[in-house]
Amino acid sequence: MAYNDKVLDHYENPRNVGSFDKGDSNVGTGMVGAPACGDVMKLQIKVGDDGVINDAKFKTFGCGSAIASSSLVTEWIKGKSLDEALEIKNSEIAEELALPPVKIHCSVLAEDAIKQAISDYKKKQ
Amino acid sequence: MKLPIYMDNQATTPVDPRVLDIMLPWFTEKFGNPASSSHSFGWEADTAVKKARQQVADLIGADAKEIVFTSGATESNNIAIQGIARFHQERGNHIITLVSEHKAVLDTCRHLESEGFDVTYLPVQSNGLVDMQQLADAITDKTVLISIMAANNEIGVIQPLAEIGALCRERKIYFHTDAAQAVGKLPIDVNAMKIDLLSISGHKFYGPKGVGALYVRRRPRVRLKAIMFGGGHERGIRSGTLPTPLLVGLGAAAELAGQEMDSDNKRIFALRERMRLGIMEQLTHLELNGDLEQRLAGNLNISFSYVEGESLMMAIKDVAVSSGSACTSASLEPSYVLRSLGVNEEMAHTSIRFGLGRFSTEEEVDFVIKTIVKAVNNLREMSPLWEMAQEGINIDEIEWEAH
Repeated sequence: MAYNDKVLDHYENPRNVGSFDKGDSNVGTGMVGAPACGDVMKLQIKVGDDGVINDAKFKTFGCGSAIASSSLVTEWIKGKSLDEALEIKNSEIAEELALPPVKIHCSVLAEDAIKQAISDYKKKQ
Repeated sequence: MKLPIYMDNQATTPVDPRVLDIMLPWFTEKFGNPASSSHSFGWEADTAVKKARQQVADLIGADAKEIVFTSGATESNNIAIQGIARFHQERGNHIITLVSEHKAVLDTCRHLESEGFDVTYLPVQSNGLVDMQQLADAITDKTVLISIMAANNEIGVIQPLAEIGALCRERKIYFHTDAAQAVGKLPIDVNAMKIDLLSISGHKFYGPKGVGALYVRRRPRVRLKAIMFGGGHERGIRSGTLPTPLLVGLGAAAELAGQEMDSDNKRIFALRERMRLGIMEQLTHLELNGDLEQRLAGNLNISFSYVEGESLMMAIKDVAVSSGSACTSASLEPSYVLRSLGVNEEMAHTSIRFGLGRFSTEEEVDFVIKTIVKAVNNLREMSPLWEMAQEGINIDEIEWEAH
């Protein structure tokens, strides 16, 4: 399968790879997917006192499209409030990366990862 | 060294330039139909086809009269399995095969099941080999055919053909083997191994695509029902004008393979081991899929834990390999061959098949080792599963949400 340039760019130069301390009270962690399905995404957000996501990190086990989807959303959510971040739809991710139909689930995972990370953060407050 | 590097010789091989040279005149000036018995165009084509038939027969210890030319191993498998099942259905309707066979065998069997035949799909052991006791136990008084591949296309494991042949002969059951991956790579003797039918594919041993053969034993005679009808070519088993240039190529490739098998195997095996040890020395958490000893010289199939196969192939884009990962297939299911060994789904997703061949070089192998080690290390740094493993978390104990 040939890859879209944007997928390749994120795959070859992934943004914001890494981890925060998940015990930190201002960090929210989302982990979605399953190893048996071939993709697992971990997305972490760091939220400032003003309720704005000021940093984000990811680690992903998965295909190029899964890595690109998670890399892309770390860029998108930085500087957004929690409510704004919750508005990101998988269709926007899929469109930005021009994902083919068999790879749409990668964008769904990325959306779920954002939601789970935010929910984890809220639980800690 | 030229990039990209081809390391997918179980998918296909290039036509050997020496084979191509022999083929070329048969496309143009020597274009006759071998069935044209009334003029010299036909006669010279017929002579060429006879020679090719002999060359193919010699490679497997058969008689030239026992070779039926086909379009490739898929067609040979269809003719053999359907042909035996349909001809002998009065005697019995039971077929035994393995879960790890090629789709050309499995799908043909599935099709026969829909027509009322009974098929047993035997599991394989964790090294990929058939359990002979299980095979013997699966035989019933209705069993007419056992179809077991010679060497597996994904993991390269070589089944004990002579043992299976002896069992079949003793129990008066026909033995068919899909030898697409084995012919030209392993010494095969249809008489010593008591093989009744054997499928051959030209493009797996440096011959052209679109041509193959089926060996059908004459003594004792194996009778088949044809699945295609027409001019009665190939003793009525496979009608259709014989493609002289392809057959000349198949024959030449067979003769070369026979001459060079030992030296090719020695060299390819040394390269394969250089690659296996080179990778294993520098990376941890690897699993070799399939038996190491009973294995094609040119095959290496490794699961790189915590790194998904498709992303790994993207990372080594100058190296052409294939993966058992679901993401490389339309079905989104990881390799059924690896699953049949008991490899869990996660590990199947992380597998890469390296296929070395006649034209692989040491320089290429060293480049592949370097590239793969770097890519796996990078991707593991990016993998949440690797991170968890480093923290001592057992990912098998986590309840993952399937999606």
